[in-house]
Amino acid sequence: MENLALEGALTVTFVRSLFAHANIVDVDATAAEALPNVQVLTAADMDLGVFGPPPFPGVNPGMGRPLLAVDRVRFVGDIIAIVISDDRATGADAAELVSVDYDPLPAVVSPYEAAKDEVLLFPEVGTNVAARFGSPEHDEKLFGGCDVAVSGTLVSQRMAPCPLEPRSAAAELGPDGRITAWLSTQTPHQDRMVLAGTLGLDPAQVRVVGPDVGGGFGAKMLNVEEVLVVWLARRLGRPVRWTETRSESMVALPHGRAARLEFTLGGMRDGKVLAYRLEVLQDCGAYAVLGAFLPNLTGLMASGVYAIPRIEFESRSVVTNTTPISAFRGAGRPEASQVIERAIDTFAAELGMDPAEVRRRNFIPADAFPHTTASHAVYDSGDYEGALELALRSVGYDELRDEQRHRREQAATTQLGIGISCYVEITNGIAESEFGEVEITPDGGAIVRTGSFSHGQGHETTFAMIAAERLGLPVEKVTVHKGDTDEIAKGTGTYGSKSTQIGGAAARLAADDVLELAKQLVADYLEASPADIVLDPAVGRLHVAGDPSIGISWADLASRASADERLAELKAEHEFQAAPTFPFGAHVAVVEVDTETGRVELRRLVAVDDAGTLINPLIAEGQVHGGIATGVAQALYENFVYDDDGNPLTGTFVGYAFPSSADLPSWEAVEMETPTPLNALGAKGIGESGTIGATPAVHNAVVDALTPFGVRNVDLPANGENVWRALREAKA
Amino acid sequence: MIPAAFEYERAGSVDEAVALLGRDEDAKLLAGGHSLIPTMRLRFSRPSLLVDIGRLDDLRYVRENRDRIAIGALTRHAELIRDPMLREHCALIGEAAALIGDPQVRHRGTIGGSVAHGDPASDLGTILLTLDAELVARGPRGERTIPAAAFFSGPFENALEHQEVLTEIRVPKAAGTYLKYVRRAHDWATVGVAAARVDGRVQVGLTSMGPTPLRARSVEDALADGASPADAAAHAADDTMPPTDATASSEYRAHLAQVLVRRALERL
Repeated sequence: MENLALEGALTVTFVRSLFAHANIVDVDATAAEALPNVQVLTAADMDLGVFGPPPFPGVNPGMGRPLLAVDRVRFVGDIIAIVISDDRATGADAAELVSVDYDPLPAVVSPYEAAKDEVLLFPEVGTNVAARFGSPEHDEKLFGGCDVAVSGTLVSQRMAPCPLEPRSAAAELGPDGRITAWLSTQTPHQDRMVLAGTLGLDPAQVRVVGPDVGGGFGAKMLNVEEVLVVWLARRLGRPVRWTETRSESMVALPHGRAARLEFTLGGMRDGKVLAYRLEVLQDCGAYAVLGAFLPNLTGLMASGVYAIPRIEFESRSVVTNTTPISAFRGAGRPEASQVIERAIDTFAAELGMDPAEVRRRNFIPADAFPHTTASHAVYDSGDYEGALELALRSVGYDELRDEQRHRREQAATTQLGIGISCYVEITNGIAESEFGEVEITPDGGAIVRTGSFSHGQGHETTFAMIAAERLGLPVEKVTVHKGDTDEIAKGTGTYGSKSTQIGGAAARLAADDVLELAKQLVADYLEASPADIVLDPAVGRLHVAGDPSIGISWADLASRASADERLAELKAEHEFQAAPTFPFGAHVAVVEVDTETGRVELRRLVAVDDAGTLINPLIAEGQVHGGIATGVAQALYENFVYDDDGNPLTGTFVGYAFPSSADLPSWEAVEMETPTPLNALGAKGIGESGTIGATPAVHNAVVDALTPFGVRNVDLPANGENVWRALREAKA
Repeated sequence: MIPAAFEYERAGSVDEAVALLGRDEDAKLLAGGHSLIPTMRLRFSRPSLLVDIGRLDDLRYVRENRDRIAIGALTRHAELIRDPMLREHCALIGEAAALIGDPQVRHRGTIGGSVAHGDPASDLGTILLTLDAELVARGPRGERTIPAAAFFSGPFENALEHQEVLTEIRVPKAAGTYLKYVRRAHDWATVGVAAARVDGRVQVGLTSMGPTPLRARSVEDALADGASPADAAAHAADDTMPPTDATASSEYRAHLAQVLVRRALERL
């Protein structure tokens, strides 16, 4: 993005709040504007109001984020002013010289405190509660008939997404009055609509380009910074660019997770679970954006892989003086998986039963699909017990239990822990559609245009493979185009692990459409009936059925069609819409815990991740690999924390324990494929599975290692200090 | 992430560096740059002049100097790890250097830069204090030798005067060990413990347990009185001021110090 050639582009630097909660008394930019060619803008210079993504159902619309802070800031990182300069260095100097007079207000950092409504972020709204989902009514008899009920409170701690490439945006107003925005994004087409809506423009006047950019992880949804960059390019009549610094990214890019989870799980002494109650308190940060809505997904997935007859769910989302919460790899589903998997282990410990056995007794059976859970999800396909047995065999479960017993008998300083997590998650969660187009090129290759986007997941390869297979072309003859709203008619983008199952499926259907069109053209040329033309996929040749000698290759067809000006006939678009799919799997983690220092070493992680049919196993493995790293990072390392005044304490990689490859073992990924009936590929999503499966497996392993010491839970991240505290409390 | 504006001069010799430092009271020496540059990028530090001594290769050496080992101040961590003389006579220096940062840091960072920067979480400072090392500095009035015990005066503060350049570090030949607890492989020490046998006496030093590297005097005294490693280690946190920060709490650091001191003594 920084290398985009934009003649005469100006640089944007944001002046961000140093206070978590304050009234802005005055902004004095005199000293900053004394620097060469520096201009400073504040909310007083613009009339744009509140940032306008479509409101999420059930979320209070009065807690939206102004594009620039107006009179009040609500988190460290809120934008107070914009510095325009010729270069980044001058911008950094000038931003430092903008003098802001703050009148500090009491900050509310803990969601428990926020829920008391004593300090209000939006006094005019009268509460900090941004949303409530589920049912506030308690069924007194929910746990009636249960022999045993176990309860617990878990925290899914706040995480910073830490994309290795931070955000970047550039915009230029063309001579025709159209604006072009280059964004490090996940969703070019949606960005165009939101930009047009927020800036009061006709969408046809806005072009969004997503170049080759880095991930996303859910956090690179369009945000106020990108809107401001586009607004500035129009206002100034000059190209404008902005690239986030790492320090800025740590506080300004939305965070993820930040949920408090309280559970009660009841069942019989034979291990059968009968009832489950889950309460979520979601911290949604300073403004009610996507984070306020995420507990919906937690509630939907509450049942996990188990047939639980009775489920109660309730959530509240509250605003606090912290960085806003949005989607981050898993977005609402890791919380569901974390809490049910800890609950099952707690239940197993209470019964003195092997946690694998308790799971076996409660799985939704493989012959029960489609299956509707008591938390109202309709699972498409699955074999949960099959995944667990495969994972247990791969890890050598019984031998590990023997070794664990041995170490316990020896009272070894370093104890062994084995943790199981069986998960199911939801991809394409709101049943979206995606656009695909296939066109034969003059040299007899093909272009696939997808409305999805790729920021490193390799859809360029996966989607090319899908079309190549249908057309009988070598994969290198197929090129995938994405991310330019002028070239691609429509699209939704990449998020929620839905790209292949709807975008890939759309590409496949468009390729099939093109093949039918090609048969018609070939039939014309060969004076045959289209119904008699068949494709030999091995050589990429269309010929008369039963007589391969009468036929024509793609290259010859394209060449002849070009000469006849009929090549345009070999082009088709297809939109594909389908219900959500439910990838699943089983992870087993093996940890060693130093019971003196508390230090946890992850020794092994065996991961069975079943995302239906795999198109490209190598790319799928890449997704699993990165996904597991994020899940393990939550289990053992990362935690974004604030002091009581709302100052971030982990605003750099010194304090924020983002792990590197040196901290993580090699995963043992085991393939399993249970196709979905919901698309022709049989594919489900794979981008978030590793994350969702890994966190509870590692968490359960740490607690498992410490069971003989009376430890029932360890707060995440299960780092040395938290393990040491858990051990100390268990002894006390 | 962009430093405030500064001047830059490359020194061709130690004497030239001393003279350049005299030009500007806000001047700083630049060696490997792996401590200074990040603080400048965050604008925590904003020197007006950087005097680059990174190319003074005559300050990169490890050699025997009578009964001691002399280490040039610009010797890089990676060179400390590989050096055969250190391996034979003072192995804990290379052992600790191997635990600093990541490979990039170890190939750019220097022992002199690390020690002069004075981060209380720095491993090498603790080792020099534990070994009763001597630090040689050259300034406008010539050369002087500072004992490690008098060198570290506070967080990021030391006995060097503004125009003085740290040129050499002298350590005794000693058997020792260094244990470091970190959250991540490349982190600064949550707690570090050095233990060494110097002139027949066991000496123990602590990293990240106070505003400077510290000696665990109570542990040393208990050992001198014949206490077992476990009993002596119970005193590891005596007279320390471990900080509470995003990495760990003060009380956890105190606990770690006791565990690590015991383990270091058992290894010694």
